Amino acid sequence: MPDQLIFAMEVFLNGLMAGVLYALVALGFVLIFKASGIFNFAQGVLALFAALTLVGIMDGQVPFSHLINAVFGTDIHHFGWHVPALAAILLTMVVMVALAWAVNHFIFRHLVGQEPIILFMATIGLAYFLEGFGDIMWGADIKKLDVGLPQGINTVIDEVTYGIFGYGFFIDNLDLWATFVAALLVIALVIFAQYSKHGRAMRAVADDHQAALSVGVSLNFIWVMVWSLAGFVALVAGIMWGTKSGVQFSLSLIALKALPVLMLGGFTSIPGAIVGGLIIGVGEKLFEFAIGPMVGGATENWFAYVLALLFLVFRPQGLFGEKIIERV
Amino acid sequence: MFYREAGDFKTSYTDDSQTFPIKFDRYRYYAVLVAAFAVVPLVIDDYWVNAVFLPFLIYAIAAIGLNILVGYCGQVSLGTGGFMAVGAYAVYKLMTSFPEVSIFFHVILAGGITAAVCVLFGLPSLRIKGFYLAVATLAAQFFLVWLFNRVPWFYNYSASGQISAPERTIAGVPITGAETAPWAAYLFCLVFVTASALIARNLTRGMAGRKWMAIRDMDIAAEIIGVNPLKAKLSAFAVSGFFVGISGALFFAVYLGAVEVGEAFGINKSFLVLFMVIIGGLGSIFGSFAGAAFLVLLPVLLKNTLVGTLGWPTDLAAHLELMIVGSLIIVFLVAEPHGLAQLWRVAKEKLRLWPFPH
Repeated sequence: MPDQLIFAMEVFLNGLMAGVLYALVALGFVLIFKASGIFNFAQGVLALFAALTLVGIMDGQVPFSHLINAVFGTDIHHFGWHVPALAAILLTMVVMVALAWAVNHFIFRHLVGQEPIILFMATIGLAYFLEGFGDIMWGADIKKLDVGLPQGINTVIDEVTYGIFGYGFFIDNLDLWATFVAALLVIALVIFAQYSKHGRAMRAVADDHQAALSVGVSLNFIWVMVWSLAGFVALVAGIMWGTKSGVQFSLSLIALKALPVLMLGGFTSIPGAIVGGLIIGVGEKLFEFAIGPMVGGATENWFAYVLALLFLVFRPQGLFGEKIIERV
Repeated sequence: MFYREAGDFKTSYTDDSQTFPIKFDRYRYYAVLVAAFAVVPLVIDDYWVNAVFLPFLIYAIAAIGLNILVGYCGQVSLGTGGFMAVGAYAVYKLMTSFPEVSIFFHVILAGGITAAVCVLFGLPSLRIKGFYLAVATLAAQFFLVWLFNRVPWFYNYSASGQISAPERTIAGVPITGAETAPWAAYLFCLVFVTASALIARNLTRGMAGRKWMAIRDMDIAAEIIGVNPLKAKLSAFAVSGFFVGISGALFFAVYLGAVEVGEAFGINKSFLVLFMVIIGGLGSIFGSFAGAAFLVLLPVLLKNTLVGTLGWPTDLAAHLELMIVGSLIIVFLVAEPHGLAQLWRVAKEKLRLWPFPH
């Protein structure tokens, strides 16, 4: 087998893994969009905030220490304890639920019935707010996140592929874990939405706000729940990306990568988010591998968008989206 | 008391449909123009021009451009930064290729080139709308910035990958380059701002503007009453691109002088201009000015109070600024979706009755 083809296969596999991580972020978008019609631009910042909070709690950082130091001239930074990863994840989840409540109570409760595009811009505002808030709360320096996930090359795959092709594929253990977690998450979400009481209520709200209200579903509760779920997905995405490349501002930019994934898969479809993520992940890696060197590289910045754009011209609702029917 | 239409009799249709029908408004407008053209250039210094006036004027043009697209035609665009970059690189190529032509025409030509690019990226708007379009315009943002970074022809093969504006003069007075006097740069931008506002105002209250607004309010209904969506949407993209391109050209040539594309015209620029439009008021030319002034002044003010007076570290002040801008966006969307312009309108309504409101 020629070398180029083997390399391309490795790139393909790595693209699949990257796609899973994109899909993780896109999942959060789809959840909120399905249940409330809000296109949540802040999902990436939510992931950043979750990861920052997790690191902060694990290391026992004092929240707002920079602010306190600046105002009172003190010099505090750490409580001096370390919280085990699992407890820290639970505590972070509590923070995310509180945040979900605050977001619903202070922002979106007041925007019920507004046009979708207004809601979208409100989430851009929320993204800015959270970005500043997270930095003030925990500091803006790059942090290392380690919750005990295995990292580094997977030796089994390396050896097996070496045996077959005479060339060992480099697949990161973390990516394998991310794939596993993402699969679990999707199954759990689907089961929750299809078979649980609250899941059914959530789908009712997504279908028709007023009809759901009239049969006694509490909109506020469902929305807080949905935002908490999105916070949970963001936390998982934050852990994966944070472990991979450190907790820093660029983490929030993955949200921008998730947007073309959504466009490709359709805004309302959970399988669409997964398939879209895989297509984008593989597509941009292969494009960079095959065409990138000819045009100066770094095509990953825009390839996903242009692919999604071209795709939308032919199928405006995305791969799995509901058909858009317009009435006057 | 002063703000009355009583006694101000209109004797022709032209009088009746002028931009400022109330006498007080009209005189205030002339007074502002005179002050901006004749008084301000005499008193400003380097700091005021570079920290306040130039960014305000240039962002005002960009905000007018984006407001036409988002506020009047309802096509949300997140590609403003990329289109500003097109204006900047177009003016750079024109300045270096045709040094004998006046920079005045270069800036206008750069606007035209940007309009063409903007129409190209506006083509998908005929098929997709809403969020899908907003995300699609991100393609323009990322692709254009990448293009200007990677294709050496655009930055004339300079080693640093930056572009820097050579010195150009109008009537012997330098407008770009290191020798530029603050008042010259200010006046040059002011001319463009005044012209843009005038053109935009008259376009939006004419037939073109009414078509845009019909498309914004409901495109299918607009199509049924005879508005051609193709022409209306693409003309909005073209006009918007023209203004955004001019602002990008001025931003590079007059304000910054040297530019690194990813830094100056990144995605944050797109959001900044969008925020100006939201805070100022969607669908209002005055709102574009108000929003630009607000978001230019806010960081200066915050920096001066927090860093200057209270002695906080700069990064903390920057984070606080992010929080404040974010919450302001939300507050405006919740409390006053039509922005500062609506507050201004309400104030004017109140003034007409003041001091005897009954």
